[in-house]
Amino acid sequence: MTQDFRLAKGGRIDREKPLRFLFDGHAYDGFAGDTLASALLANGIHLVARSFKYHRPRGIYGLGVEEPNALVETGIGAAIEPNARATTVELSDGLIANSQNRWPSLRFDLGAVADLASPLLSAGFYYKTFMGPGNAWKLYEWMIRRAAGVGRAPEQPDPDRYEHSFAHCDVLVVGAGPAGLAAALAAGRAGARVMLVDEQVEPGGQLLNTAYTINGRPATDWVADATAELDRMDEVRRLQRTLALGVYDHGYVACVERAVPVPEGRTRWRERMWHVRAKEIVVASGAIERPLIHDGNDRPGTMLASAARAYANRYGVAVGKRAVVFANNDDAYRTALDLADSGIEVAGILDLRHDLTGAMPALAREKGLRVLAGHAVVGTRGRTRLKAVEAAPVDDPSNRQIIECDLLAVSGGWNPALHLYAHAGGKASYDAALAAFVPGSSPERMTVAGSAAGEFALAHCLSGGARAGVEAAKRAGFSATQPALVLEAPEPNADTRVGPLSAPNRGGKRFIDLHNDVTEKDLRLAAQEGYRSVEHAKRYTTMGMGPDQGKTGNILGLNVLSDALGQAVPQVGTTTFRPPYHPVSFGALAGREVHDLFLPTRKTPMDSWHEENGALFEPVGQWRRAKAYPKPGESLHAAAEREVKAARESVGLFDASTLGKIDVRGPGAAQFLDRIYCNTFSTLKPGNARYGLMLGEDGMVKDDGVTARLGPDHFHLTTTTGGAASVYVWLEDWLQTEWLDLEVYLTSVTEQWAVATLSGPKARQVLGPLTDVDLSTAAFPFMAFREGRVANIPARIFRVSFSGDLSYEINVPARHGLALWQALMESGRPHGITPYGTEALHILRAEKGYIVVGHETDGTITPHDLGYGGMVSTKKDFLGRRSLGRAGMTGPDRKHLVGLLSKDPARVLPMGAQILERPTEARPAPMIGHVSSSYMSPTMKRGIAMALIKNGRERLGQTVYLPLLDGPTVAAEIVSPVFYDPENARRDG
Amino acid sequence: MLLIPCPYCGERTESEFRYGGEAHFRRPENHLEATDEAWADYLFMRKNPKGWHRERWMHIAGCKRWFYVVRHTVTHRISSVYKVGDPLPDLPS
Repeated sequence: MTQDFRLAKGGRIDREKPLRFLFDGHAYDGFAGDTLASALLANGIHLVARSFKYHRPRGIYGLGVEEPNALVETGIGAAIEPNARATTVELSDGLIANSQNRWPSLRFDLGAVADLASPLLSAGFYYKTFMGPGNAWKLYEWMIRRAAGVGRAPEQPDPDRYEHSFAHCDVLVVGAGPAGLAAALAAGRAGARVMLVDEQVEPGGQLLNTAYTINGRPATDWVADATAELDRMDEVRRLQRTLALGVYDHGYVACVERAVPVPEGRTRWRERMWHVRAKEIVVASGAIERPLIHDGNDRPGTMLASAARAYANRYGVAVGKRAVVFANNDDAYRTALDLADSGIEVAGILDLRHDLTGAMPALAREKGLRVLAGHAVVGTRGRTRLKAVEAAPVDDPSNRQIIECDLLAVSGGWNPALHLYAHAGGKASYDAALAAFVPGSSPERMTVAGSAAGEFALAHCLSGGARAGVEAAKRAGFSATQPALVLEAPEPNADTRVGPLSAPNRGGKRFIDLHNDVTEKDLRLAAQEGYRSVEHAKRYTTMGMGPDQGKTGNILGLNVLSDALGQAVPQVGTTTFRPPYHPVSFGALAGREVHDLFLPTRKTPMDSWHEENGALFEPVGQWRRAKAYPKPGESLHAAAEREVKAARESVGLFDASTLGKIDVRGPGAAQFLDRIYCNTFSTLKPGNARYGLMLGEDGMVKDDGVTARLGPDHFHLTTTTGGAASVYVWLEDWLQTEWLDLEVYLTSVTEQWAVATLSGPKARQVLGPLTDVDLSTAAFPFMAFREGRVANIPARIFRVSFSGDLSYEINVPARHGLALWQALMESGRPHGITPYGTEALHILRAEKGYIVVGHETDGTITPHDLGYGGMVSTKKDFLGRRSLGRAGMTGPDRKHLVGLLSKDPARVLPMGAQILERPTEARPAPMIGHVSSSYMSPTMKRGIAMALIKNGRERLGQTVYLPLLDGPTVAAEIVSPVFYDPENARRDG
Repeated sequence: MLLIPCPYCGERTESEFRYGGEAHFRRPENHLEATDEAWADYLFMRKNPKGWHRERWMHIAGCKRWFYVVRHTVTHRISSVYKVGDPLPDLPS
């Protein structure tokens, strides 16, 4: 298709490089340097979208990130990106784009019946209407979400790669318009390390869009010179296509860079997130034009005035053949003049102001343009494209005249882009003459310059930018003077004040937030219904809550509320800007931390053996642990049962390498352990080990584990797998900040030792042939610790048991872990040695009534609650001791650890099930405890459970009731938690 | 993301550290004889000020040392850091 609306000359596009693209299945041509929006406009396509709520036809409205209408879907299949702004999509050969939120087609959209029903769909309609009955909201929500909405999310995994980069600089300049370039030049010349990030494809900002001159030459020449100078500076890094999303603490700025599109469509990375630490930040992010409130202000063909002139100047596109400019300020006259210079007929300039004495109106009149002072647009005509506007004097709105046109360029003045300033904590103040918020005092490390500071005149942008660059460099420690930037930008228009923001109301639709279909009427209704705070009115009407976050409409909305509430704008307030400035893809945020790289997987030295032998793994924190080793066709349950039997009847082997281990050394080591454990360790003889309970200062059980004494001043301390890191930090805390009297050194050695646990009556026969250590019960009794060799590997052996049967925990240096495991399996073959996983481990320990921290404890359980009161020393001080004497730590209200046997032996009570004293249907029912662990016990041949029950030890033999979710209420008997071998007859084998 | 000047290692990003809450709250002397009120105060009550705050941090991904930071809880500005045993720096006015 021919580009009927492409101007014969001009623009920064490369007419030698035609590109072909598809929109809604039709092929169109554009040029390198186009955006999707400019290429569509060059082909006369304005209608690109249907609105969010009413499905009204919408056209391209803006130029960049402020675009509220032109949300399209790009790409196909897994690479679909929904809600891309046509105005920010760089055109590339073969680009595929489609419109959204329409059915069956963009031109004929059945959803538009919502527009006919719009008198019903006022602010708060959903809240008021869809209230019942019962669960009906689920149905309503499904219907509403289908009818209203934006794009579809792709259903396949994202095929693209995203990167993260980290950078440090002295001065970060955001925006490469006139102010940003001047700031970067000034700071760069002072020797500072400068980063200049800019969201556009090329630097220049507004200088690319509007025909300005600097020092008597086209402003774009100055941009080229400035850029060349910056690129010669070694300490300056310039990033185009890079959007600063948010400013966080201590000079941390998140930016996202888009890759240069390639014809094949796939780049090495698609987006790159920059984590920048800057000593100083210069915000030169420019300003965003706002429209005016008038009837029919969403007709396709209506556009921001600055966008209309940018399409002509920068892209060589005539957005229409015959234009009307509607404005309240002098800057809009540039649009009229630039459009006229491009050969577009300007049918008239309607200015809401009565008194036009400025230089710009005079210039327009001089050029023969028709200027109508005190006039407004009071209606628009056309369905999917503007055909005419109804113009009338502001003071006599019924006195209409029809002006035929296909472009309405609207300007209500400019809003400084203060988003980054607000992220940093800046408090803006309202300037009524500009009808805009401008920066108040500057937050630390930040300077706002140029249009972003409300300094809209080009000369001010240049001088303000240079000043900001010098100041930032100075604060970053460089000596800088005002650089010799001799920049003269003569401007007839120094008047940036604006007139009224609103045309007379003739009862048509007057949109404030085009994206979310919020009208002036909705806001007035919200005010009338009592939403007096702007934050409430915003949420009630959804003004400013679309993906554009109200970039074009918020100030208009504030002025409507101000009028409706009879309060000045500053009293109505403004909503808070939060990062990101513009929507960011999940891919960019995630970077490479996806799939296998999402979290590091910690593997034990024996992991490869588990994998080769069919282990079923489970994640435990970052560790992956073998849960069981099912044989082909065997269920997890059956495998665990087989493994438990082996560990009870012959011998099993368990990988316990994930246990936390801390090497404790120093003359104060024994005393230190006495202080951190509630039981005593100073009396422990070298060569022996002891189970210890660690309490928090609140007296609650924090962690547990076995600690062995290797020598007078040397201990090997173990923690739970999950508690390893927090226990280490806790111990260092006491040593470093409180107990400066103790000389103790802690080293985390969790990953330095591999641990294999042999368990079962035949454990001694398996280990015996491999070691030089005397394993007889007399020489190596329960709770003893020996050093020796196992399979010719230096080893530390603990005779501890977590199953109740004879057991050896063999620690070897991690690099020998696999060799140890293989040697034990080989030696155990004649005895039927069976590897077992965490599932069998849990069953074994529950049969014996041993606790697991985190199952039987939850931060509210004391040693006495567990029945471990006998371990608590009364002879020494330790962490948590004072708390054990607090009110409420003893007495009949404490929950005790008990066993629980279902009356039906085949039933496994669900973990977490609540326990009642009496069977009852009444809800809520008083609960006296819960099930903490529960398994089918292969040894006891029935379901067993551990539970925490109020005053449980005094209730042994009583029956309690468990109302199961979606099931019956079952009865169970309270018993001792030790189900297996209460006499400890089996621990010596 | 704060930039924390570890007194042993220099400026590092926040993700290298562990936060330890308010600093310099006193464990009661002769704590085993402390009243329930005094002990509960030590266990549970923290100042949580809106403003300058002396707090504890540990450089877990670096030197593993605990140290003190004076930070403003509204602006996140850090006015000073100091080691265990150092004299307490004044809070900025």
